[in-house]
Amino acid sequence: MEPAHAKLAGSQANSPDNEAALVASAKAGDVDAFETLVNRYERKIFRLTQHITQNTEDAQDASQEAFLKAFEHLGEFQGNSRFYTWLVRIAVNQALMKLRKRHTRDISLDQDIETEDNFMPREIEDWGPSPEQRYAQDELAGILSHVIGELEPPFRTVFQLRDIEELSTEETAEALGLSVPAVKSRLLRARLKLREKLNRYFRKGIAQ
Amino acid sequence: MNCRSVVRELSSYLDGELDTSLQQSIEIHLEHCEDCHLLVDTTKKTIQIFCNSEPLPLSDDVRSRLHDALVKRLHKPRS
Repeated sequence: MEPAHAKLAGSQANSPDNEAALVASAKAGDVDAFETLVNRYERKIFRLTQHITQNTEDAQDASQEAFLKAFEHLGEFQGNSRFYTWLVRIAVNQALMKLRKRHTRDISLDQDIETEDNFMPREIEDWGPSPEQRYAQDELAGILSHVIGELEPPFRTVFQLRDIEELSTEETAEALGLSVPAVKSRLLRARLKLREKLNRYFRKGIAQ
Repeated sequence: MNCRSVVRELSSYLDGELDTSLQQSIEIHLEHCEDCHLLVDTTKKTIQIFCNSEPLPLSDDVRSRLHDALVKRLHKPRS
């Protein structure tokens, strides 16, 4: 079957050649080139930090610090991965630091999370027409933001990196300091939890 | 193949990471199990909705504050 990640061709596509050229210019000290990269990615990075921190002020600070750190450490970027993937790793670390500061007692993303092997989904119903057709874009964005905010941080962060930022399992594991099996286990639980939460909004016959 | 096994392999199935024989076993099960068929369908939709979602637009205020602070720092002479 076609992987669930397959996107519309060309959507949000950025030319890798253009990105590499911008990074090379920025590495040579061209601040304007770096600003172009900032303009390109600031919304996505802000979404990432907002989803992780669930706090607008922290998300702004984490985004800003991520871009500054990226600029300061650009010389260390080897080009083995996409610049965006590298930037995401930095932003995740900044966002997690903010999250930990606010929740020193109850947030630990690298602890073992119990995942029940026997977890069985509930509320299995037909969703009927495409949710994207049933809700206006900003309304849908609000629903998605709300339900992902309800996930516990360890699940939220893995889902965010794998299914929204489209990092590979290995990249996600590296960015979060987790094992690959832990990423896979959390991703499955996160997807099932989100499916169940979205069922409230998308099941067939629900009044609009 | 039973429903519990489908749930366990769901992520790998949706990501196209299973070997052919396991994938076929799941597909045979899905043909006969309405619940698993709906579970696969709605989980796939869940991923696609998030995957295709546009970033929440930043308010002008947030965007300009973020950008101004960055530009100010980036243009600051390095000591």
